[in-house]
Amino acid sequence: MSNSSSMNTQRSSEQTIAEGSYSSQAPQAPVVSLAERKARHAMWRGRIGMTVYLILLLMPIYWLLNMSFKTNTEILSGLSFFPENFTLENYAKIFGDPTWYMGYVNSIIYVSMNMVISLLVALPAAYAFSRYKFVGDKHMFFWLLSNRMAPPAVFLLPFFQLYSSVGLFDTHIAVALAHCLFNVPLAVWILEGFMSGVPREIDETAYIDGYSFPKFFVKIFLPLIRSGIGVTAFFCFMFSWVELLLARTLTSVDAKPIGAIMTRTVSASGMDWGLLAAAGVLTIVPGILVIYFVRNHVAKGFALGRV
Amino acid sequence: MTKVENNKAWWLVMPVFLIVAFSAIIPLMTVVNYSVQDIFDPYTRYFVGTEWFKQVMLDERLHDALIRQFIFSFTILLIEIPLGIMVALMMPTKGKGASLALILVAIPLLIPWNVVGTIWQIFGRADIGLFGAMMAKLGINYNYASEPMHAWLTVVLMDVWHWTPLVALLCYSGLRAIPEVYYQAARIDKASRWAVFRYIQLPKLTNVLIIGVLLRFMDSFMIYTEPFVLTGGGPGTSTTFLSQSLVQQAIGQFDLGPAAAFSLVYFLIILLVCWVFYTTIMHMQKDK
Repeated sequence: MSNSSSMNTQRSSEQTIAEGSYSSQAPQAPVVSLAERKARHAMWRGRIGMTVYLILLLMPIYWLLNMSFKTNTEILSGLSFFPENFTLENYAKIFGDPTWYMGYVNSIIYVSMNMVISLLVALPAAYAFSRYKFVGDKHMFFWLLSNRMAPPAVFLLPFFQLYSSVGLFDTHIAVALAHCLFNVPLAVWILEGFMSGVPREIDETAYIDGYSFPKFFVKIFLPLIRSGIGVTAFFCFMFSWVELLLARTLTSVDAKPIGAIMTRTVSASGMDWGLLAAAGVLTIVPGILVIYFVRNHVAKGFALGRV
Repeated sequence: MTKVENNKAWWLVMPVFLIVAFSAIIPLMTVVNYSVQDIFDPYTRYFVGTEWFKQVMLDERLHDALIRQFIFSFTILLIEIPLGIMVALMMPTKGKGASLALILVAIPLLIPWNVVGTIWQIFGRADIGLFGAMMAKLGINYNYASEPMHAWLTVVLMDVWHWTPLVALLCYSGLRAIPEVYYQAARIDKASRWAVFRYIQLPKLTNVLIIGVLLRFMDSFMIYTEPFVLTGGGPGTSTTFLSQSLVQQAIGQFDLGPAAAFSLVYFLIILLVCWVFYTTIMHMQKDK
């Protein structure tokens, strides 16, 4: 599919490059070493640039981490790169109080539910989109994607009323279903990309060998797109974990996410900065764990399986 | 890949259709319903036709929010796309360093959006935050809570910090898909670094860049939580974007009719822009 055009670009690029090199008729050996030296320079420039970028990227997070180990008096008394009186008091407060740590449990419950639901419904649909033509398939695909584009703010009030009227308000499943609005389309999109990379012949051979569709799908097809499923789960986790507007609106006590509980650090006596920082740090930890597990596949997944 | 014509495939799509319909079509119909009625209480309501739409179209505050929204989205696209490509080109490709860089770069994407707001709220304060303190050292009286320009700078900086990694990782995965022989050919031809980028890497990045621009445009157009936590839309209304003015109207003032009409207009704008992108992608795939 992409061969002809990329071949063309490549050929034209080769021509241009070739023309360029004819004009500079330099002796052979020094040029090679010059090129090598240039490459080494480029590599070092890349490394230095990357290090600078990573430092800038991680500095705000480090600042939060640093603050979470300080007492409020120390935070307000001045800036320092390391906590002088290292304290775990802020973390102890969170782990010692159910109204705090249940926030994390609630968030993890609805995120997991959302991941499972999204994958279960998206897998067959993605297979259908990647293998079959059917009436309205293109419109259906665009309609699905259009839901990924819907601003949550638009659906805030209707969601609240809908889930209240069916008695799901303040349950984990309500948030999980609401997050399906943007996660299911995304899951279908990513999985379709991965599935299209599996040759059709595999399906056909399996059917000839007498496999039924469900048996083929579970036993042969799913293992082939393992990494795609992992990456999809990762993306569902990511977008459900970071969303707060819908999660906050659809819950009040029993399923309240951690993000909403964090606002408690504002009180009449001022901000409890240390506690806020500690709570923030703890919301970052699950994300790092999850990305660690999919690190080898995630590069492909970021292009939604479409490289 | 050739696809087989088979309408039974609808059965496989049905669960997705039902679940998305439940959380998209029903609420959307509620919004449409509100947008044409004047509601006093659950039992007294009048049909008002397009009155709310007229009101919304003429609302100065919404015009301002829309303009701000476009400026914001284009600013961050202009910064994040080139910066993301640069970072992707710099990322190590082999060994332990590659995994490590990948994980570290991805971290901002996995932080809940309200915590992103909190991080920058702290980081930008002159009394307890490093960035704010550094600005103060440079002699700038930096205060994002009272200076509109500073508030803008902080919001843009926050978004660049938050989302450049997405563009970078997209481009990184695009770059990984380029076969080594292309580079070898370029080396034999003694191509300059720029020529390699322009004629080998950039053409291969087009696909992922379109996805990147699309995702960044959509998400920046819906931004709510981060500026809400950071500046609360202020000072004044200088960082109040579309989502926030919508939430203010719907929840704060409970003007259901205008808010619903506004929602529909808002949704249509996003849909229109994304339809343009989508058709472009489809055409490009057809050309190949």
